[in-house]
Amino acid sequence: MTMISVENLNVWFGNGRDRVDAVKGATFAVKRGDSFGLVGESGSGKSTILRAITGLAPDWSGNITVDGNVIKGRREKTFYKKVQMVFQDPYASLHPRHSVDQVLGETLHLHGFSDIDARVVKLLDDVGLGAKFRFRYPHQLSGGQRQRVAIARALAPEPEILLLDEPTSALDVSVQAEILNLLADLRIEHGLTYLMVSHDLSVVGHMCDRLAVMKDGEIVEIMDVAALRAMKATHPYSQHLLEASV
Amino acid sequence: MTLLDVENLWVKFPSRHGVFDAVRGVSFTLGRERLGIVGESGSGKSLTGRSILRLIRPPGIMTADQISLEGEDLMQKSERDMRAVRGQRISMVMQDPKFSLNPVMTIGAQIMEAYMLHNAVNKKAAFAKAVEMLEAVSIRAPERVMRAYPHEMSGGMGQRIMIAMMLIPNPEILIADEPTSALDVSVQRQVLDIMDNLVKERGMGLIFISHDLNLVADFCDRVLIMYAGRIVEVCDADKLREAKHPYTQGLLNSLPRLDEPRARLEVLQRDPAWSEAPSVSGRI
Repeated sequence: MTMISVENLNVWFGNGRDRVDAVKGATFAVKRGDSFGLVGESGSGKSTILRAITGLAPDWSGNITVDGNVIKGRREKTFYKKVQMVFQDPYASLHPRHSVDQVLGETLHLHGFSDIDARVVKLLDDVGLGAKFRFRYPHQLSGGQRQRVAIARALAPEPEILLLDEPTSALDVSVQAEILNLLADLRIEHGLTYLMVSHDLSVVGHMCDRLAVMKDGEIVEIMDVAALRAMKATHPYSQHLLEASV
Repeated sequence: MTLLDVENLWVKFPSRHGVFDAVRGVSFTLGRERLGIVGESGSGKSLTGRSILRLIRPPGIMTADQISLEGEDLMQKSERDMRAVRGQRISMVMQDPKFSLNPVMTIGAQIMEAYMLHNAVNKKAAFAKAVEMLEAVSIRAPERVMRAYPHEMSGGMGQRIMIAMMLIPNPEILIADEPTSALDVSVQRQVLDIMDNLVKERGMGLIFISHDLNLVADFCDRVLIMYAGRIVEVCDADKLREAKHPYTQGLLNSLPRLDEPRARLEVLQRDPAWSEAPSVSGRI
């Protein structure tokens, strides 16, 4: 059962002389309930793949299939119910003048839920914050708490796929452990499929079953975590990356 | 050989809810070595670095029994005299090159300005010196980089440019505040190697502020571990993994590791006693 399938994906920015090819011919597939990692250095195009899937990168070619539906042109409302994204910087991804209640309530309203009140409380419980955080503003929360709110917001439409764009790179190691544990628990509880971008190989090794190593917009290697742990990368670049991170 | 001696440093911020003590009685010395300061955000490590240069601005208050740079007490100096210390004798590299370089000046103009401010030289000599410095931090095609603007540089190049700029006056102490956390692992190594060479070749003292325990364990000679504004533990960097304090152990255990897979990561359990315990001295 393939949940996300990306075939020969090209993403570019700009036109003519200024054209930058951010992703070149990326191909991979993620099974339902799996957790797939994308690693590489900054500028290698890993986040761009996530943005192309959600529709945040306008110029792309190739095939993207999500749960059997081929994506083309404008995405339908059902797509956003199924696919949600968590961004890197919880300091930038929450509206500074919206309380947690407004952030979650608005998302729920837009997805057509009626029992918003009960759902907000449930979501806060799910991410381990509890109802006392409901009327706080982002500046009253720590980085880890903000990322929990961002995860709660992503969970609001009851998605099947979470796209995680470096969810812990702005956090301290002790907070990172909490968030990674939370994400692992949520995946089991809700049967989610993860596509996770990270530059930290040990985080991907902890969270994912399989991963793709990217360099200059191309996927140079796809391997499973067992091979990663055994330091058995076949491509010289992934080997270099492994050595640098141990 | 002690370059810097900090004794009983406090940084306070008055607020509506009383005075908040961000740094509480920290003491340490720095020789010609690589001294790491680690801790979580909010532990006071960056403020400690800034206070050495007396960069705490009102309403923040900083006090210390002494901050002596080779016997001269910086606390007694006037603001005017401090200007001769900042950059000249103690330099600082900030975390994010994007926010520390002037976006509307070319790289060359910025480096030359820094050099000409401190030395009575003409533009030609300053240009030559700037190119030499960019080469020292292994930037290829330095002449082209001199003409470029900061937004045309990648993060790693920006950070190396920052280091080049800080090194021109040949300071005795370099304070690096998370110099590599915005960089990729492969570029991180290059930047660390450059700083490492400087410590070895020029006999500089380096204060390396970071939240990355593994990095500090590999790179530094001695490590101060800070928690809630105090130093909770001082140890040799190569013995960091055998650290005794539960906070240090907790931080180490919360890291995911490739060689030891675990289903769940350990979460740090904070003990209120840690912040009550008096600061450990990092003086030798």
